[in-house]
Amino acid sequence: MNEDPLALLPEIILAAVAVAGLLLGSYLPRRKQWPVRLLAALACVGGLAATVAVWGDPVRTVFGRSYAVDVGTNAGRVIVLVAVLLTLGVSAREFRSAPRESEWYVLVLLAALGTIGLTGANDLLLLVAAYLLASIPLYAVAGFAKDDAGTEGALKFYLLGALLGITMLAGATVLFGVGGSTAYADLQKALGTAPAAAVAVGFVGVFAGLLFKMGAVPAHFWIPDVTEGTRPPAAAFLTTVPKIGGVIAAYRLAAAAMTGSHVDWALLIAIVAAATMTLGNLAAFFQRDVRRLLGYSTISQVGYLLMAVAVAGRNELALPSMLLYLGAYAVTNLGAFAVVCALPGRRTIDEYRGLLRRQPWLALSLVVCLLGLVGTPPTAVFAGKLTIFTAALDGGYAWLVVVAAVNTAASLFYYLRWIAPALRRGGGPNPAVPGGWAAATAYVTAAGSLVLGPLAGLALAALRGDLASM
Amino acid sequence: MLSVVVFLPLAAAVVPFAIPRVTDRFVRWWWLAVAAADFLLTIVLWAARPGGDGYAYEVNLRWIPSISSGYHLGVDGLSLPLVVLTAGLFLACAVYSLRQQKRARSFAALFLFLETVSLGLFVALDLILFFVFFDLSIVGMYFVIAGWGHRDAARAALKFFLYTFVGSLALLVGFIALYVTASPHTFDIVELTRQNQLAGGGWAAGLVLLALGVGFAIKTPTVPFHTWLPPAHTEAPAAGSAVLAGVLLKMGTYGFIRIAMPILPDTWRRYAVVFVVVGVVSVLYGALVALGQRDFKRMIAYTSVNHMGYIILAIGAAGMAASSATEARELAVTGAVTQMVSHGLITGALFLLAGVLYERGGTYDLDRFGGLAASAPRFAGLTAAAAFASLGLPGFSGFIAEFQIFTGSLGAAPVATVLAFLGILVTAALFLRAFQKVFLGKPGTPAADLTVAEGVSIAPLLVLAVVLGIFPRFLLDLIEPASRSVLNLLAR
Repeated sequence: MNEDPLALLPEIILAAVAVAGLLLGSYLPRRKQWPVRLLAALACVGGLAATVAVWGDPVRTVFGRSYAVDVGTNAGRVIVLVAVLLTLGVSAREFRSAPRESEWYVLVLLAALGTIGLTGANDLLLLVAAYLLASIPLYAVAGFAKDDAGTEGALKFYLLGALLGITMLAGATVLFGVGGSTAYADLQKALGTAPAAAVAVGFVGVFAGLLFKMGAVPAHFWIPDVTEGTRPPAAAFLTTVPKIGGVIAAYRLAAAAMTGSHVDWALLIAIVAAATMTLGNLAAFFQRDVRRLLGYSTISQVGYLLMAVAVAGRNELALPSMLLYLGAYAVTNLGAFAVVCALPGRRTIDEYRGLLRRQPWLALSLVVCLLGLVGTPPTAVFAGKLTIFTAALDGGYAWLVVVAAVNTAASLFYYLRWIAPALRRGGGPNPAVPGGWAAATAYVTAAGSLVLGPLAGLALAALRGDLASM
Repeated sequence: MLSVVVFLPLAAAVVPFAIPRVTDRFVRWWWLAVAAADFLLTIVLWAARPGGDGYAYEVNLRWIPSISSGYHLGVDGLSLPLVVLTAGLFLACAVYSLRQQKRARSFAALFLFLETVSLGLFVALDLILFFVFFDLSIVGMYFVIAGWGHRDAARAALKFFLYTFVGSLALLVGFIALYVTASPHTFDIVELTRQNQLAGGGWAAGLVLLALGVGFAIKTPTVPFHTWLPPAHTEAPAAGSAVLAGVLLKMGTYGFIRIAMPILPDTWRRYAVVFVVVGVVSVLYGALVALGQRDFKRMIAYTSVNHMGYIILAIGAAGMAASSATEARELAVTGAVTQMVSHGLITGALFLLAGVLYERGGTYDLDRFGGLAASAPRFAGLTAAAAFASLGLPGFSGFIAEFQIFTGSLGAAPVATVLAFLGILVTAALFLRAFQKVFLGKPGTPAADLTVAEGVSIAPLLVLAVVLGIFPRFLLDLIEPASRSVLNLLAR
């Protein structure tokens, strides 16, 4: 059999360090929990090294056919681990010497582990298990501060997650029932002869759970409340990392399992994509709270990502473009949140007035990240957007590309509503000195987003490859 | 070589930020030195250009091979005049801004950034590269208007950004459609031109041209996409306006000639009449609305719409299948390119003069001035020269350009051309009226005459306009082979 634990080295590192961190944290004095933070960071670095070491290896599945090790999984690992490192950066000050500091790192690591599981799951049962592992720590992350707003957001998050977890399980059951297997490769062969209505029901059920993970319409209701209510570092993590798992898992489900069926899943995903980007943008238009604005903006970003899922398997640009966009989005979105984390005293757009005067580099990072989210060249998201638009047009979804272009133009409006006061003069006294780590993370992400764009050619070449298909 | 010319300003923009405790004085002179060096380099480009057809100084490197997009640069007779014009106008702005007090370091850095972007756009031979520079020009100009504009700058900048960004996205969709329809897929302009893959493409080709047309028409701008222009110009600082009108508007018309016409020749010919109509409407509407303005800067902004209209008319007429002779159509395209250069020089000068006017009076309102000629003779003289040049008086470059455009278009689109003639009459009226109000009549409050920096920045632009008006051959020799090859491509 192909039960090769070494293939899962990054996942094993994360799991082991999560447990070790929990134990270590309980023996350390409350004010000196930095070793746990260091351990978490080392786990990410170790996981990255283990992933990069096997990057070019041939595509394979391990543990039966349940877990794929291919470009999708590897890219998912890299993006998630980098995102966790950046999250550690933005949360360093917020949780330093907090009563439950080590628990925070452990929850983040476990959620990351579940998310990586989502990206690699090649079997419906493993997908559901990964969904649960990726969700449950996040409920605790959302309500970590134990304040009213955070608890409300966490409750909403939990209820929606529980509901869509059930539909996911039900959908998996239906697909198992008509397909005779839970492995994607078997489903691909079996679904062609299965009754289309049952396949459609099963697919919609499973897909709904993934939509919840990525925060897409109509499972997006938790995003704005959680981003506004929870602590900013938690919001940064919650709006970035779960999406990575959800999007890659949806792509894998579509490309590996559904391509054999006669259900027009691509059209369904395209409609969801259009609805997601449009509703996210419209809702973001007149937000005054920067976190809520960013929350809605992350919803609209998922819409662009889903465009690549809609043309999954139709052309060879779809997968690399989606992975590129995911990486670019993760860095840029965390950058915008890093600025928010660095200025915890400012909550509304108006409070950012005069930022350029007081914190020129932070303001510049904000401008780069927000324009990056719009997709202005030469940032990384531009390269991702360009390739995703190309893949979608090549896949025959011209109308979707037009909708996405209109949405991109519309999104500029609310990002500018935030940028404009930051550049203007005036504003009240500076509420707080910016946090060193969060500000540094903002600079790093802004620079990274600028550098990654012109290097998109290299990134796309590295992300080219097939998904495991057996 | 081209890469050096393009990226020198950007590299230089970093220097004032790298040196600790740099004075504003140093920044301004550094900016001037870099702009001058880059201008000299473009002159060298022109002088040392190898003869023959095709692109000079071509660079073609792999950039994003997955979507066959390359770092492909090159200049020919269409782009080289605009490259030199761009470097020259930025140099003029650097001289003009020697008195810039407000945040000089950021201002200089932004202008150097814009210079790189503008030069890059005119030499780009890859659609993605072109788009990157196209979009960045919008971002750069947004910060210029928002950061250094007048009272209502924030609103005008927002409108400018949103409006032109919509145009750039239409352009992006059009570019991607060109990529997808090409086989093998590519974003390379030269390769796409060679393939001519949408010949006889029916409605799909029409839609692609529509996307490109809207994108470039917003940037140009033509009626009915011009409404962002007057507020942007009115609120922008003088140097920003000069660059916006002199360089950024050319990106739209250049895009038509470089991308839309050669890549979609068949479709262009089919819909050429649309461009002729849009051109004539822009000419007349721009002139008439300019006549009704009391604000000096708004007036010049509308004359820009008028002048850009001539270009659209010319390139539309060049595509008309009517039995007009090849020579006539060649004249039209050459005239269009000449008009781009001429408009850049003259309107750049006019906007800098408008900045001087604002400096003296604190307003652009024509009715608030009078009799300035008595106290500021040099100012009055230069403004008179610029106004006469702009209305197309013989002896100035505008005459050469417009004469070629009219001669070239008359055969293909007689009615439209005759109507466009009226535009000249209206612009003549409005410039004379504005000049009379500000400089003649009974003397009002006296104003200081031009300073050295102002004079040195504005006068050379007008001298060049005169030189081009009297000895246009050296420019036409450069443009004519290129416009001939555009027409050959268009005739496929």
